[in-house]
Amino acid sequence: MSAPATATASPAHDGTDAEARPVLDREPHLFGLPASAWPRLLAPLCIGALALGLWEFLVRWNEVPSYVLPGPLLIGQTLVEDWSTLSGSLWITLRITFMALAAAVFFGVTLAVLFTQSKWLEMALLPYAVILQVTPIVAIAPLIIIWAGDIDLSLLICAWIVAFFPILSNTILGLNSADHNLVDYFKLHGATRWQTLRFLKLPAALPYFLAGLKISGGLALIGAVVAEFVAGTGGSASGLAYRILESGYQLKIPRVFAALIMISLTGVAIFLATSWISHLLLRRWHESALKREN
Amino acid sequence: MDTAYLSTSPAASASGTSPLVSVRRVSKQFANGTLAVRDVDLDLGAGEFISLLGPSGCGKSTLLRMIAGLASPSTGAIEWRGAGQDGAAGARPDLGFVFQDPTLMPWANALANVMLPLKLKHVPRREAAERAAEMLALVGLKGFENSYPRELSGGMKMRVSIARALVMRPKILLMDEPFAALDEITRHRLNDDLLQLWWKERFTAVFVTHSVFESVYLSQRIVVMAARPGRVMADFAVDAPYPRDDLFRTSADYASLCRLASGRLKEAIGS
Repeated sequence: MSAPATATASPAHDGTDAEARPVLDREPHLFGLPASAWPRLLAPLCIGALALGLWEFLVRWNEVPSYVLPGPLLIGQTLVEDWSTLSGSLWITLRITFMALAAAVFFGVTLAVLFTQSKWLEMALLPYAVILQVTPIVAIAPLIIIWAGDIDLSLLICAWIVAFFPILSNTILGLNSADHNLVDYFKLHGATRWQTLRFLKLPAALPYFLAGLKISGGLALIGAVVAEFVAGTGGSASGLAYRILESGYQLKIPRVFAALIMISLTGVAIFLATSWISHLLLRRWHESALKREN
Repeated sequence: MDTAYLSTSPAASASGTSPLVSVRRVSKQFANGTLAVRDVDLDLGAGEFISLLGPSGCGKSTLLRMIAGLASPSTGAIEWRGAGQDGAAGARPDLGFVFQDPTLMPWANALANVMLPLKLKHVPRREAAERAAEMLALVGLKGFENSYPRELSGGMKMRVSIARALVMRPKILLMDEPFAALDEITRHRLNDDLLQLWWKERFTAVFVTHSVFESVYLSQRIVVMAARPGRVMADFAVDAPYPRDDLFRTSADYASLCRLASGRLKEAIGS
């Protein structure tokens, strides 16, 4: 009985299932984008251009007054002319949105971690998080504005309340969905609670957290806008929602539309940014970020 | 090999030394009342390759988890050989465990996965990376250090899992049907490589399987278990020399050993 040679089997011949490998993007590129991406980009753009053209045409044909429905060209013109006022307001709305989102991330993740470490804490506090979530923000915003005193702070609190729950519930789900065999493996090697959290539960929760972040990004913006509508504060330091209210009172409907478009584009930009972050963090390993050839 | 291939005395093949671990009248009853394991007595000798063979639900995985310390026996005890020579029971040593699934961290590459047990024991990063790379090379995955589990085939993932189990150089390697989900060609290769690793590293191997052929091919000793309640029905040695390879797999000896073991299994589970 002689000792066999060391194990040096070449994995290339161990019945590898080639389809298990992700397919790398190798298709031809046009102007820096993969060829298949162009129809997806161009189709909605064409529909959009057609709709805008039809809108402009109908407004002119029927001579609709601009205080009822302005045409897209007039809205664009207003956007350019009022840019200094509108961009200032946009900045204020953005600031509230991102501060609320940051607070939502901080409190959402912290509470989720605490809840998964202590079932007792979760039992005691989760119902209140749910109550906070299901109460319409428009209904409690006036109270918050009275209690908080400071307008900026109350706007922040309102936006935070709306944005916080998706991050909390998604992160809890993620922390609890770590592979139970891996949890056993950590136990087997005498991992501490902290090690299990740091090396297993937090990475396992990342895709869930990012899904929550995508939802909360949009919600933080909506929260900030709704709260400002309720607060209805004037002055130079007002966000986009107040510009809409103010322009509505003054029948400057083109400006209402201009502000509305800015809010929508901001929402889209936030969604794209959070999707991009999610893609960057997950592209190497998570199912959702991998392409497969069928 | 002209004598009886299957000796009848249990534990006869233990390598002569005192057992590494002794399972003493262990029973396990789950909270729902199911008696998963009843009165199991088993000595595992140092350096032995033992298969726990039986149908699903016979408690072989539960027994393995109790040996690993992942579950505790309802009654009875699991005693490890002490560090000293006085025969006193010792603490559970470092052990390797391979699950039925590769159970890798999908967010970490192969090297980081193998480094995990070292990281949990606070081994310095450089040393851990060196030892993990060495272990990956030993299981035939040199050059795949930076591959993520998603980019590896089923067999390769299982190799990473085995490398992770062995990187601490454990005295004992526990395997819970590790190759059950793999195709036959891959399984044969991994069986061969597992035997070579065992031969080289000299750990005690406990291999849970429901395949007669796999257990005969791999082990020195087969423990047959039956279900409802899970209990040991037979314990016999497989008298065939190592190294075992494709020649052995196609030999008449192997066929007759399988026939005998199969008979034992049928006799034991009464069907």
